Order: sequence, then C-alpha cells, then structure tokens
Amino acid sequence: MSDSGMSATTNPTWLMLGASSAVARAFAREAASHGAGILLAGRDMDDLERQAADLAIRHGVPAAPVPFDARDLGSHRAFAEDCAARAGGPLNVFLAFGVMPDQAEADADPDAAAAMVEANFTGAVTVLAALAPVLEAQGQGTVVALGSVAGDRGRKRNYTYGATKAALLTYLQGYAARLSGAGVKVLCIKAGPVDTGMTWPLPKLPFMASPPAFARAAWARAAKGGGDAYIPGIWWPVMTIIRHIPTRVFNRLNI
Amino acid sequence: MPDTITDPRTAQAAAARPAAGWKETALQGWGRSSSAPCLAARPERMRELLAALQPPEGRTLLPHGGGRSYGDQALNSGGAAILTTRLDRILAFDEGSGLVVAEPGVTFADLLEVFLPRGWLAPTSPGTAFATLGGAVANDVHGKNHHRAGSFGDHVLWLDLLLPDGRLLRISDEEEAALFRATIGGMGLTGIVTAICFRMQRVPSNALRVHSRRVPDLEAFLAGFAEAAEATWSVGWIDALAGGRALGRGVLETAEPSESGLPPPKLKSRTFPMDAPPWLLNRLTVRGFNALYWRRAPVAGREQTTHYGKFLYPLDAILHWNRMYGRRGFHQFQCVLPFGPGEAALRQLLETISAAGEASFLAVLKVMGRPGRGLLSFALPGYSLALDIPARPGAAELLAALERITRDAGGRIYLAKDSMLSAEGFWSMYPEARRFMEIRAEIDPEGRLSSDMARRLHLA
Ligand SMILES: Cc1cc2nc3c(=O)[nH]c(=O)nc-3n(C[C@H](O)[C@H](O)[C@H](O)COP(=O)(O)OP(=O)(O)OC[C@H]3O[C@@H](n4cnc5c(N)ncnc54)[C@H](O)[C@@H]3O)c2cc1C
Ligand SMILES: NC(=O)c1ccc[n+]([C@@H]2O[C@H](COP(=O)([O-])OP(=O)(O)OC[C@H]3O[C@@H](n4cnc5c(N)ncnc54)[C@H](OP(=O)(O)O)[C@@H]3O)[C@@H](O)[C@H]2O)c1
Repeated sequence: MSDSGMSATTNPTWLMLGASSAVARAFAREAASHGAGILLAGRDMDDLERQAADLAIRHGVPAAPVPFDARDLGSHRAFAEDCAARAGGPLNVFLAFGVMPDQAEADADPDAAAAMVEANFTGAVTVLAALAPVLEAQGQGTVVALGSVAGDRGRKRNYTYGATKAALLTYLQGYAARLSGAGVKVLCIKAGPVDTGMTWPLPKLPFMASPPAFARAAWARAAKGGGDAYIPGIWWPVMTIIRHIPTRVFNRLNI
Repeated sequence: MPDTITDPRTAQAAAARPAAGWKETALQGWGRSSSAPCLAARPERMRELLAALQPPEGRTLLPHGGGRSYGDQALNSGGAAILTTRLDRILAFDEGSGLVVAEPGVTFADLLEVFLPRGWLAPTSPGTAFATLGGAVANDVHGKNHHRAGSFGDHVLWLDLLLPDGRLLRISDEEEAALFRATIGGMGLTGIVTAICFRMQRVPSNALRVHSRRVPDLEAFLAGFAEAAEATWSVGWIDALAGGRALGRGVLETAEPSESGLPPPKLKSRTFPMDAPPWLLNRLTVRGFNALYWRRAPVAGREQTTHYGKFLYPLDAILHWNRMYGRRGFHQFQCVLPFGPGEAALRQLLETISAAGEASFLAVLKVMGRPGRGLLSFALPGYSLALDIPARPGAAELLAALERITRDAGGRIYLAKDSMLSAEGFWSMYPEARRFMEIRAEIDPEGRLSSDMARRLHLA
C-alpha cells in the first residue's frame, strides 16, 4: 500500500512533518492504531515508503509519503496545498523535524548554527504559516509540535538548540491564538529526552522515554486540547526547579 | 508486492550517508553469564544502517537482534555491534498466500499482534516472542512444531543481505544459493539480513487445544512422542532432578489448532524485579517446584483451550525471568541426538544431570524432524533436550561431560544457547563448517564480521 494518494475517507489524517524521526514514527503508529490516515512528509523517501507500507499493513489505514524539506522555505505553500488535497478527512499536523548538532559545532561554524535555526525554527514558521489557511478553512484539527525542555532555559551544553525551541514555543502560542477562533487546537510538547537516534550517542540522560511511551502520552494529551505540556510529566517539577536556580549558581553548573 | 520498497537499489541510492552514532556499551547474553564491552550503533533506518558499516578504529562488526541468544553468540567484545531492533517495519503482506516481507527487527510478538487476528500465525516460532526475525534466520530457529514444520529457514523464500563491503544482495535458492545456505543459521557472520520474505501459516482461530498428561519415566516419554507424531505441536517438560526409576518423568503436551477462538488476551506481564539471592534456587526449592509441576498434570490427561501466545511463549509472561538465577547468571544446554543411538545417550545425559544435582528447572524434550537448510543449522532428526544450568562452580565440568555424551552419540549442541562448547567439539558436530568458512572468506575476505562465539569456535 504505497500509492501516492489517500483513498477517500472521513477519518482524520495526520500529516507527519519530519516523518522519519523516531518520535514521529511512533506517533504515526499511535494515530494509525486509532484509525487515522497518515501522510509522511520528509526527505528520506526510502524510509517513508517503508513506513507507509508498515502502517497500512499493521493498521489497515491509508498511508503515503510526500517529499518535504523544512529548509526549502519557498516550497511550503505548494506543499501545504498538496497535502490538503491528498488528505481524505480533516487534516492534523505533527511537527517533528529538527536537528541538534553539538553546541561546539554551532559555536565554531556560523553556517551550522544558521542551518539549525533554519531547520528548527524558520522552516517551522513557514510551513505552519502555509498550513494555517487549510486548517482555518476546515474549521477543526489539531497541531502538535515538538518543543523541548531545552527551550525552558538556555544551558551551556545546548543553548543554540534551546533557543530554537523557545522561539518555536513563542511562535506556537500566537499561532494557537490565531487558530483558536477556527476551532483548531495547537499543542507544544516540551519533550524530555526520548530514546532516539538523536540521543543515542549521548551519555545516559535522566527520565528517558521510549518512543512508543512518549507517543501514547502525546496522543492522550493532544486529545485533551492545546496549550503546552511536559512529556514525560516528571519534567514539570524538574524544569520548575531549574528555571528558578539563581543565575550566579546556574552559570557555574555544568548542565 | 511493492517490490520497489525492498529493491536493494532503492536502499543503496538513499540520501547521503550520515555519520553513524556509536556509543560505548556492554551487551549481555540472555543467560547473563557472558557480557561484552563494545561500541554499538542502533540505526533507525536503512540509511543509518549503511553508515554503521564503518565502525571507528577498524573494529569488527556483528548484528545484534533481540539479545535472546543465551551465550556469547550475539556479543563482540572490543568490537562493534549493530542493534537491529529499530528496523522493525513490515514491508509487504499478501492476504492470499500469507507471504510477509519484513525488516529484521520485527519480532514474533509483532507477528502475533498484527497477523493472528487475521488468521495467520508464524510458520514456526522459538519459545520467546521477543526474538527478532533476523535472529530467527541467523539461528534457523525451531519451535514445538519442528517434527511437522521444520525450522524457520524452511519457510523463507528470500533474504536481502548487506555485506560488510556495502553490497546488498537478494539471496535465495535461485540466486546466490550457497550464500543463502550459509546465512540461514549463519549467526550474523555472513552479513546483516535487512529483509526477510517468508510464509505464514493459516490458523482457524486465536486459540489451540492443548492436551497435557503426566508421564512416569523416560521410556514412557519416548513412547508418548512416537504416538504423538501426528500432533501439530508437541513438547515435553522433564523434571531433570528426578533420578532412579523416576528418571525422565515429566509432562507431555500436544496441541492442535482450535476451530473456535477465545476473547483476545489481556496484555499482562510481570517483571522479575531484581537479581535473585543465591540461596533461592537450591536442590530443595527446585525439586519442590518440579515435583509440583509434574503432579499438576493428571495421569489420564487434560485438555484446555489456550491462546497461542500463552502456549508458544510461556516464559514471556515474566519479563527479565533470567534474573531468577542471580547475578552470576546461568548457562543453557541444548543438544539434539539422532534417533537410535540417541536414546541411550539421552538416558545418560539425564543421569549425569540428575547426579550433578545442579538446581535445574524443567528440561525441555522435543522430537525434531528434518535437518535444517543452513550449513550450520542445528536441526537433525532425533531428540532434542534443553535445560538451564546455573553458573556455579562445577558447571563447566558438567557441561563438558554433556558435550562428550552428545558428541559420542553423533548429536550436536545448539549454538543459540551455547556458551561453553569446545572448538574441537563444534568442528566435529557441524560437518559443513568448512564450507561455511569458504563462503565467509569470499564475502568477507578481511574478516570484518566477528563475534565472541566465532572466535571461541575458530570461525573467525
Ligand atoms: C526463553 C527463550 C526460549 C527460546 N526458545 C527457543 C526455541 O524454542 N527454539 C529455538 O530455536 N530457539 C529458542 N531460543 C533461542 C532464540 O530463539 C535464538 O537465540 C534467536 O536467535 C534469538 O533471536 P534474537 O533476535 O534475540 O537474536 P540475538 O540473540 O540478538 O542474536 C542471535 C544471532 O543472530 C544474529 N543476528 C541478529 N540479527 C541479525 C540480522 N539482521 N542479520 C544477521 N544476523 C543477525 C546475531 O549476530 C547473533 O549471531 C529461545 C530463547 C529464549 C530466551
Ligand atoms: N530525542 C529527544 O530526546 C528530543 C527531546 C526533545 C525534543 N526533541 C525533538 O523532537 C523532534 C524529533 O526528534 P527525534 O528524537 O525523533 O530525532 P530524529 O530521529 O533525529 O528526527 C529528526 C528528524 O528531523 C528531520 N529533519 C531534519 N532536518 C530536516 C529538514 N530540513 N527537512 C525535513 N526534515 C528534516 C530528519 O529527517 P532527515 O532524514 O531528512 O534528516 C529527522 O527525521 C525534534 O524536533 C527534536 O528536536 C527530541
């Protein structure tokens, strides 16, 4: 099952942006297990073909890959229209693309820093802006985007990455306000560490969530409505403490 | 079937290769008596798998699946391991024929969940659903239906195999037949299997009818198996601590597909919470357990309708049950003995085990049918005996004695379970090992694929 269109259905469709991400893959399986059709948008078409087949076989839902590059900003308007046309039922959006190079690399190489800002933030802005009219027109739907606990406070270890996630959150707050009148819910997940390729090479991180557990929690939280939420929930108290550490102390911490 | 998906060329053309993420870790065999520090990559997709073919520092490489082999087979101390668990997509399924194409990290648990509700069951399956398809191929695994259905490899139509030099080949009886026979049962030493095409079997419902009865001794057991030759599934549980006249007593289970199903099972599993203290398993407690298990089955027999999952994977209900043997872990011994001379050897094995009195839970007795297709496949027509042996002083001597008995009877030891077989013993039990090494030399001239077991058995 890997035809390019989606069969006519009134079931909702989830558009996965950055669909080859391990978190997105788990969320796609979760959504498909609830009967949703899946559009898999990303760059690794070989992987997206495989995922489409897997979703169709495991869950009997329509699933199809769509080429998408977050940094090809000029393509996003046409991309959004194309997705709207392919979706069977109402469109929902899961935004998962992002990169997290070493802080040292971002510090030393301005191109790397700019590329990260573009991939994590600018690209999110332009694709969400392009999707807004589609969501407004349908008068319903949910947008879930992956922020990060790293956006709560800039840390020595990864503040450029953290800044892109903080910017994304601020953008989403306004985006949510804009779309609320149209009945569209917008959820920004402040994700703690998830056991994916992004975190695999790093030293052991605290409260690591498995992708399926993360996806189940994200699905349940999205069903409750928009706003922002820590997943796993343990990060709410942890980040509350971290945010309140006095700057003088914080700057001396090696986190 | 959407052939483009599994077409080797598509994968090779996949976008620029990113650097693979390597991490220092220690892997353990399921018996927890072997452990290995190594670098590990865990590719999430084909593109990352290709990148992982070049581990740093010119280290040797080994695929690692669900980690359910007991000994040092899936370990590569000082080398690199590629964990395949995230490569878990089901790529194609044909409702008409039951053909499935899947990535190597798909597990038997996945197959049960996805296909049993549609009336399809894995053609054969090991005693744990957490084994991956890659691991099933690499050990040419067998199940309780071996006497009828053969080994897993008998149901495989083709494989995609990634060689250490990055070439991706589709191998089958028609193409690269020699490499195909080397890869089935090849312990990851011929490359990384990236796709498996195999045939499922049809079943009428999600349940089977299991008949179990108490058997007084070994002779009655073997007679029971002979009577049960037509049964779809059969397995014997032997109280390995019983000796004398009770030697070989146990419970014989046979099963047939049930026409009517059961309500879907509740997914319930418990976790063995920690390493058991060393005193927990001793002669007395285990003797008590085994005796209870034996007595529970009525002499006259009893029939129950059970879910496939419960019958095929009885131990999976307790996650981390391997902690039961404590921190030092345990060895598992499994051998197959040819019919005829095997009967006396089977008795000798049981006598040796019972005399050693090592606290061993139930041993598993099975009748095996045809030999496997792989050069190093385990199966032979005969009796297979498997049991746990706690890693305590004396275990090595006991295992050496069991190896001798097995070898003298023309039997062989199962490498998926093994951690102690001698290289000499291996080479005499597996006559096609030489052919295996020739093929290995062709596809991996630099010896980039290796494992702790391969080094122990002089396969590297
Ligand atoms: C409770 C229990 C019951 C069992 N019952 C049975 C049984 O009834 N019958 C039986 O036959 N076995 C049985 N086994 C053994 C088990 O089925 C095998 O060890 C199987 O190979 C485990 O698969 P795995 O995915 O865990 O592989 P691992 O243990 O991770 O690896 C095993 C071998 O497979 C290779 N491998 C893994 N993935 C690939 C790949 N993609 N390409 C190439 N090589 C690969 C590895 O290099 C290694 O050599 C049992 C094990 C347990 C723990
Ligand atoms: N893992 C964590 O601990 C964690 C914690 C907090 C937040 N997050 C966030 O969660 C999201 C998913 O992360 P992950 O852990 O699943 O990591 P991942 O597997 O590395 O996924 C990131 C994905 O982003 C895609 N991507 C990058 N640049 C792109 C571009 N220009 N256009 C389109 N796609 C692009 C990548 O696809 P390509 O194949 O095309 O490169 C990749 O699939 C990210 O936004 C991450 O920041 C993760």
